[in-house]
Amino acid sequence: MNKLKTAAEMVAQLSDGMTIGIGGWGPRRKPMALIREILRSDLKDLTIVAYGGADVGMLCAAGKVKKLIFAFVSLDFIPLEPFFRKAREQGELELMEIDEGMLLLGLRAAAWGCPYIPTQVGLGTDVIKHNPDIKVIDSPYDEKEWLAMPAIKLDAALVHVDHADERGVCQISAPDHHMDDWFVRAAKKSYVSCDELVTSDHFNSPEASRQVFWERSLTTAVCHIPGGAHPTSCAPFNGIDNKHLLHYNKCAKEGGFSAYSDEFISNKTEQEYQELLGGLAAIRAIPQTTY
Amino acid sequence: MTTQYSLAELMICAASTAFDNDGEVLATGIGVIPRLAATLSMSTKNPDLMMTDSEAYLLSEPNPIGARGDDFIQRNETWMGFSRIFDNVWSRKRHAMIGPTQIDQFGQSNISALGGDYDKPKIQMLGVRGLPGNSISHANSFFVPSHNKRVFVANECDVVCSIGYNPDRLPKGYQLDDVDIRLVITDICVMDWQGPNHQLRLVSVHPGVSVEEVIEKTGFSIHVDDNTPTTVAPTAEQLAVIAKFDPHNIRAKQLKDNPPGIRAVVATEDL
Repeated sequence: MNKLKTAAEMVAQLSDGMTIGIGGWGPRRKPMALIREILRSDLKDLTIVAYGGADVGMLCAAGKVKKLIFAFVSLDFIPLEPFFRKAREQGELELMEIDEGMLLLGLRAAAWGCPYIPTQVGLGTDVIKHNPDIKVIDSPYDEKEWLAMPAIKLDAALVHVDHADERGVCQISAPDHHMDDWFVRAAKKSYVSCDELVTSDHFNSPEASRQVFWERSLTTAVCHIPGGAHPTSCAPFNGIDNKHLLHYNKCAKEGGFSAYSDEFISNKTEQEYQELLGGLAAIRAIPQTTY
Repeated sequence: MTTQYSLAELMICAASTAFDNDGEVLATGIGVIPRLAATLSMSTKNPDLMMTDSEAYLLSEPNPIGARGDDFIQRNETWMGFSRIFDNVWSRKRHAMIGPTQIDQFGQSNISALGGDYDKPKIQMLGVRGLPGNSISHANSFFVPSHNKRVFVANECDVVCSIGYNPDRLPKGYQLDDVDIRLVITDICVMDWQGPNHQLRLVSVHPGVSVEEVIEKTGFSIHVDDNTPTTVAPTAEQLAVIAKFDPHNIRAKQLKDNPPGIRAVVATEDL
């Protein structure tokens, strides 16, 4: 089966009001080319689920987000995401603010077809105060109360991987695949952008197939966008573009998101975007972060 | 002979004691000083500690901070991606040390947002991150680079991200003792939560700091025993270990103006 699509064809399959999960973590391996395609579209009223970085900030700044399900939004070395911050301080967002692990449990519950997963995480904190929809329940097995983390069912998941074939076999050879497998498993449809499109025999290597974290039956479509995670990292190809993120952060203070969008996103193709950055070779020359 | 040391180094040594009796747990120090504290403990008093590379591997020896030479071999022990961190958190074999923006009298903390209106906060910060899970699952310590009443707040935190010793918020079936908050290391003192009814208790004051100053800079009442000792000075061996794991001296950039560990005597009229 050939699942190759363009980013525009993928985004055309999304609709207003959908719940969309975004893979990656903070400034690491975000499907940013797909996010840019959403920013160019008319999509609106989205519920976004993410371990957030600039993906969330940009979608908030462009008014695409009705509700955010999250544990944090951060650019790491710039701790506070400027456009997410702005949206919150203007009172624009509906929230489900939960613990990082609760988010994982919510995705797992959706993946496993359970209405909820019991956990002690969140008890005794404002997570239960600010999320009246999250219930605290008695256990049939002990005398304690438990937080019933509801399934976070996704209409679509968007993830970026380093290698994939046209059938949707996806490899994440970065040190961490984060929660991408759970985003994919929690979603009705999963749209994957990849840095390199390979033939299926690429996965004959045991090392490569060990880095495939979900079955191809869960991949709805694949698009080939080298450098598509920029300005976030995609090991082994490119590190986080801190210089670009500093510029992005500066736009929040001067010019606003429209200045950033006019410069890099609106009325521009992904190729034009990359040319503004010095081309794919320049993106791939960005070194990995040392922690 | 007095060994010269910076306040950052004093805080690293004081903070490292938090991990010394932990046994075989994952020590997570978020930020340069907490990370060096865990590194120091693992390298000296508690070699059974576990640390990560802050990305995806568990290490049998901590990584030095900052750029490392091309010949550096990271001492990987096992893969430890973020999803597996939660397996570790929920196994309770972890001790985290983080620097919250607010800490209240119950040991509850906040890194989410500031201001009275949750729907429209005055300052949006990170979000609750992993604090709800950390606080109810394993040991936690706090690092405070600037001890003042904006951190140690008079009322409850604006957003209570972590469970503390607050009887009104205690879940059904839990005891206050189920919560395990260990040390608080600040730029003027060391404290713990072992006062009466888990009241914040002064453990030691840093050289040149008075007990009165700590009381004055804390937004709620703390427990003070008779004869509060002075925080133990770093040894030459400890300073050498710290220098080895922070070869670029990034610790010198963590506190404003990198003050010395022994505070200069302030003329009384300035107080």
